[in-house]
Amino acid sequence: MSEVQISACPACVAAPAAEEAAHARDVQDIRFVLSLPAIYCAACISGVERELMRQPGVRAARVNLTLKRAQVEADPAVSVDDLIAALTKAGYEAYELDASAISATETDRKGRAILTRIAVSGFAMMNVMLLSVAVWSGAADATRDMFHWISAAIALPAIAYAAQPFFVSAWTALRARRLNMDVPISLAILLAGGMSLFETMESGRHAYFDAALSLTFFLLAGRYLDYRTRSVARSAAEELAALEVPRATLADGTVVPIREVVRGALVRVVPGARVPVDGIVVDGASELDRSLLTGESLPVAAGVETVVSAGEVNLTGPLIIRVTAAGEESSLHRMADLVAMAETSRNRYTSLADRAAGIYAPAVHLLALVAFAGWVIYSGDIRLSLNIAVAVLIITCPCALGLAVPAVTTSASGRLFRAGMLIKSATALERLAEVDTVVFDKTGTLTEGKPELSNLAEIPPRARGIAMALAAGSAHPLSAALHEAARAADVVPARLSGIREVPGQGIEGVWDDQPVRLGRAGWLGAEPLAQTATYLKIGDAAPVAFTFADHLREGAAEAVAALQRQGKDVVLLSGDTPAAVADIARRIGISAWAAECLPEAKALRVAELTRSGRKVLMVGDGLNDTAALAAAHVSISPASALEATRVVSDMVLLGKSLAPLGEATQVAVSATRRIKENFSIAALYNLIAIPIALAGFATPLAAALAMSTSSVTVSLNALRLRGKS
Amino acid sequence: MNVLVYLIPISVFLGGLGLAAFFWSIRSRQYDDPEGDANRILTGDYDDHPKED
Repeated sequence: MSEVQISACPACVAAPAAEEAAHARDVQDIRFVLSLPAIYCAACISGVERELMRQPGVRAARVNLTLKRAQVEADPAVSVDDLIAALTKAGYEAYELDASAISATETDRKGRAILTRIAVSGFAMMNVMLLSVAVWSGAADATRDMFHWISAAIALPAIAYAAQPFFVSAWTALRARRLNMDVPISLAILLAGGMSLFETMESGRHAYFDAALSLTFFLLAGRYLDYRTRSVARSAAEELAALEVPRATLADGTVVPIREVVRGALVRVVPGARVPVDGIVVDGASELDRSLLTGESLPVAAGVETVVSAGEVNLTGPLIIRVTAAGEESSLHRMADLVAMAETSRNRYTSLADRAAGIYAPAVHLLALVAFAGWVIYSGDIRLSLNIAVAVLIITCPCALGLAVPAVTTSASGRLFRAGMLIKSATALERLAEVDTVVFDKTGTLTEGKPELSNLAEIPPRARGIAMALAAGSAHPLSAALHEAARAADVVPARLSGIREVPGQGIEGVWDDQPVRLGRAGWLGAEPLAQTATYLKIGDAAPVAFTFADHLREGAAEAVAALQRQGKDVVLLSGDTPAAVADIARRIGISAWAAECLPEAKALRVAELTRSGRKVLMVGDGLNDTAALAAAHVSISPASALEATRVVSDMVLLGKSLAPLGEATQVAVSATRRIKENFSIAALYNLIAIPIALAGFATPLAAALAMSTSSVTVSLNALRLRGKS
Repeated sequence: MNVLVYLIPISVFLGGLGLAAFFWSIRSRQYDDPEGDANRILTGDYDDHPKED
């Protein structure tokens, strides 16, 4: 306090406090990152921040609305579950993200570096352009020389700084004895700068400083667009990966991160939780939902000695599992690694831009060389010939080509992102445009993987009430679906006593002095049906079967209809039973389907289609689909899929609905068309400009005009993708 | 013509000032959350009348 009294002015006293207040939201040491998918407005920002700051131990909280995330700095004692619970209570949906999986600062730095270079080249371009206008409009002799010298003083350092990415990339390519798009770009920029400096020293009439700068500026703009598209995709992909914060509960009740779980440890899995490791059950009995791994929608019984793998869901009873493999070693991750290796074969696809560059770069160099040689032979003037060769290089330099692809993919992926679809691979759009066959998985893809009671109307009213009362006592998905359906039909639950869940079997209780049981067929002595069902037995009466059908995913029928309208063949491949698959295929309108497909069979079928000349789009979510996803020409998975599956997919559906699929294929087709149009625009402009340059009529003014118009035309053409819907 | 001796350096300097301002805004992370910043000005959390005492 003594320091405060020494200070003479009141403002100085207040300053540190004010500064502190201003920095309260500057998060220094991030402990938690929360995903807030539902926030959208100013009230949400302050609401979330206020709610977080109100929690004891939270030092700072800042919401980023663009990324829909909150960063929280808090004391070590603060638990993230409390924060999420508090936010949920306040009405904000929140999930924890794995902070270590999100490297936002790293990617940001790269974007900022490009932006700085754009700013420098833009600043220099405008100043030099002003001076050039004076030269073009007739400045002569000493004035022109002075203007050229000032231009050089601005342009040369600016080029040295701003064009570095091109120089570096070109140098790497040359050292590997390859040619890429950056080689002609760098050569043009360097030659234009060097030639102009020489001309200035010799007090020549033409200097190309402005052309070199605008070349750099437009090409950097293309780079930035390209970077933005990929960083949006990458950060969203990171977010999807970070959503699964992998933790395991040990047998003694402590919760540890999955990487700290060692082989031989005992892990407890409560009903309703996902099995976090590969292992063997040592205690407990339950049922396992393996639908994500095998596509089988019927739960499987599990007891002591049952082998379980990561990703399965424990349904009815608690299990203690001895770990055989965890984390990176688990079957889930090994599968992901294998598939990632298989995927490199698909990376051999060369994009349109690369193919264009492959033809373009040598052609331009050859043309400039021919121009130089031709003019030397014709006029014998080396300085004039070099000038013309440089003019050819500048005018043909691929501003439009450098912008053509990034501008189109940016607007296309932006449009798909708004529709709820994320593009992960750079060439995915082009590949998607070529698709003529679509292969769907059933469980979890076309359906939600959630059962729906299908025969409530055929059940006697008495049995309905008893079944509802029994189902209320269990978290098993079939029980939950039964209870939900009964409630929707206004069934009154019967009065039961002594309700007890028998793990792995079902639920039993007493009604009217008779024992009643709801559960597996074997437990009740019932004849099991082919489809998903649960059975009710009242006293000694014959068991009643409740059959279930899978619930169609939102937008599934629309997506399939839209794809069929576009003339694509739609195929359904599932690991489930024929009855279940036939039912879904009929409801959704797919005539070609196959049931009981093993993972290899799916991949084989996709490979077969590919061999017969089809371009296959595979849509799937389970581990059993990963091989097929990797084998397909393009692959899409929903965000609810396993991490391994999302890794191999080219695109991820962010929302629940499948409806964006139909739009995606259309956008892909029109994006590819725009890219090709842009190439033709660039070619057309070269067709006019090259003869002029070759004939030696190209002035710096003509170069500047031609270059800018082609770049702007190409960008405007790309923007046409956004408007139409 | 002599006026150019003043005007050109002035225009370059002013342009440079703008460039410097842009650098500063990039460094201070003003492009990290454009949507959030657009909305934050609408909140009443920041008071524009500092305490006077």
